[in-house]
Amino acid sequence: MSLRVLNGFKFSSLKTRVHRLDPRAKFLLVIGIIVPSLLFTNIYLLAGLLLVQVPLLLIGRVTRRWVQSLRGGVFLSALIFVVNFFTGPLVNAVALTLRFLLLMTTFSFFFMTTSPDDLGLAIDKVGFIRWLSRRWLGYPNALSFTFTTAVRLVPTMAVDAQTVVDAQRSRGLELDKGNILKRVRNYIPILIPLLLIAIRRSLELAEALEARGFPGKEGRTSLFELRFKPVDYAMLAISLAGIVLSFWVFFHYKVPTI
Amino acid sequence: MGENGAGKTTLAKQLNGLLRPTLGRVTVDGDDTTKKSVAQLSRKVGIVFQNPDHLLFSETVRDEVGFALKNFGFELGVIVKQVERTLEALDLAHYADTSPFLLSGGERKRVALAAVLAWEPDYLILDEPTIGQDYQQKERLRNFILQLNSQGKAVVMVTHDVEFVAECNPKVVLMSKGRIVAQGQADEILSDDGLIEKASLVKPQMAKLFSQLGGFGFPRDVVDVHRAKMLLEEKLSEVKVRVAQGS
Amino acid sequence: MAGTQGEIIAARGLGFQYAGSASKALDDISIVIGQGEFVLLTGPSGCGKTTLCRCLNGLIPNFHPGEISGELLVDGVSVAAETTSELSRKVGYVFQNPENQLFALTVEKDVAFGPENLGLTREEIRGRVDWAMEAAGTVALKDLAPYELSGGQQQRVALAGVLAMKPSVIVLDEPTSFLDPRTAEEIMGAVDDLRRENGITVIVVEHRLDLVGRYAERIVVMDHGRIVADGKVEDVLDAEFDRLSGLGIGLPKVSLLWSLLKRDGLVSERLPTHVESAVKMLSQRLSN
Repeated sequence: MSLRVLNGFKFSSLKTRVHRLDPRAKFLLVIGIIVPSLLFTNIYLLAGLLLVQVPLLLIGRVTRRWVQSLRGGVFLSALIFVVNFFTGPLVNAVALTLRFLLLMTTFSFFFMTTSPDDLGLAIDKVGFIRWLSRRWLGYPNALSFTFTTAVRLVPTMAVDAQTVVDAQRSRGLELDKGNILKRVRNYIPILIPLLLIAIRRSLELAEALEARGFPGKEGRTSLFELRFKPVDYAMLAISLAGIVLSFWVFFHYKVPTI
Repeated sequence: MGENGAGKTTLAKQLNGLLRPTLGRVTVDGDDTTKKSVAQLSRKVGIVFQNPDHLLFSETVRDEVGFALKNFGFELGVIVKQVERTLEALDLAHYADTSPFLLSGGERKRVALAAVLAWEPDYLILDEPTIGQDYQQKERLRNFILQLNSQGKAVVMVTHDVEFVAECNPKVVLMSKGRIVAQGQADEILSDDGLIEKASLVKPQMAKLFSQLGGFGFPRDVVDVHRAKMLLEEKLSEVKVRVAQGS
Repeated sequence: MAGTQGEIIAARGLGFQYAGSASKALDDISIVIGQGEFVLLTGPSGCGKTTLCRCLNGLIPNFHPGEISGELLVDGVSVAAETTSELSRKVGYVFQNPENQLFALTVEKDVAFGPENLGLTREEIRGRVDWAMEAAGTVALKDLAPYELSGGQQQRVALAGVLAMKPSVIVLDEPTSFLDPRTAEEIMGAVDDLRRENGITVIVVEHRLDLVGRYAERIVVMDHGRIVADGKVEDVLDAEFDRLSGLGIGLPKVSLLWSLLKRDGLVSERLPTHVESAVKMLSQRLSN
């Protein structure tokens, strides 16, 4: 499984209708798809849930990346299929494989069409997270802040990681030689500098942010705001209805796999 | 030399195998770089990276400086001697048992340099060695480089510090947008308006001065202060004599 | 001294020792800086330049603990009486490493961060962000992420973020160390323009005098925690050239050249601080 499968979860910064949906509504949609797919093993339902996302992927113009991620997931899907093939009826194997692909697609869809920015804003609004943040870290927006900063630092740390590897290889460090024990030990000269660079960077960042007034008084305003549009309400309604319906059916009927 | 993004560091990384060419060939002492590993090439070509924090991980400065020697398979006795020698040469002997992380920025840069010099590579590449250094530190570095060079080592500096280069007056390879746009002596290249413009650099002060004094018969390719002084001395003395004779 | 409407920074007997350090980082610092001045703060590594700057916006002693003594007033109020957050409205700080000042995922969000902390209304924040981005030349970079920017662009964004706080003083601590020479000159020029247009007091910490000498009117030299020279750039360079070069400060090459010629009696004028004045003086002499 190559690293390219991760592309299917990376945010693609386009400005489609789907991208502009409120992340909270999108997240509830994801839940709305996950709940029935975990409660039931009906093949038609699972296939239906998978297909219903295709138009969303198309509008979001992320189908190519989705296919890439599916390709990466081939190995795991095959594994699931084979294991279940030998331990139960064929239909079960099909259903479980479908479920796996379905879940992967849903998460892939969510992360490809939701900017980490918006995610940060969304997290900032969730009451429970604000409460938790205030208990743990002292400020209601600290958790969402941490999240945004972490995401922002990922590409920077990736560059640093490559540089550290380059620098140590230039000192004769060979990462692909030796037994398993030696190989693990060889990562110490990579991890320690990276860790320290991360710490130093965090401290410098903290200093720069305090120099710009963080955390400020209680009344901290935000320039950007998430606002529910009519289409978001519609999605919320559909998702909620779907979740409630799924539970009701689950407790009242036995839905066969085929 | 060249602007940020010109390809200087990329080219440097080709020299010890960290990067391999997609077109053409790179050879070190006759060996094609694609036929050898980075570890093998690094025996001859040592790169000192810009930020020492990308290298430092050991408990003591001594361990840090000896790391590469261990990787290259030197004998313990040899390692101990080489480490001592390098620490002495870079005035780090009193820090031998200190943690490298407790040292100041400039000192950490010296440790990084020591870590590479320890195995005495024939070709030494320094990536932006003057960033963040004050004048005294730069002077020390300059003398050290000249000393290394006089011992027969090849030194390659990747830098955009024109004043520092003006003081050393080495051969300059000017790059822009992935190509080499000029090669020559520092005083020729750094005093050429067109080339400076192309590579997004600035002229050293002496070159700026003399480019505006062309009308008095001065050469334009002056970058060194002492040469500038000599040239001006001549003309100014002449003027003095003329003035004295005239009155 | 530049035309001042008042003292914006006044230190009297200021001293500081970092926690866990055996020696004083700042020793009996007394200085007065007027509104709108452009001050170049220089000295060898470890002389206390950065320490002094950190005192100005409260990072010392709040972020860097230690023992502080003496008095420091910014805009008439004692620094000891205010938090870093409060001082950030008066004193902006641009750090050496361009990338480690930007935390947000887009430039616009990063510039908005400061004003957001001030509890302003959304319209005010919007106004400040637009103005600051325009003033620092970063409007075109609005939606880009920090890692997509060059070093020079990152510093401009950092500058915009600081401007959005509308401070009366901006401190820049070796802001061009990581930048190539041409970008460094652009940034310095932009800072000077901002100062003239907005009456902001600027303090730049820098080793390389030739870079900043053109804009700075006043130079303050520190060594071992003390101020050893303070005055107009031309005056200090001329009077103390030998002592300064002994301290290991990066003096402009034209000044060095002049001091060598002067020593041999070939010229007698005061040391030039930049190429243009040297050209003028030499042209005059040589045309005789």
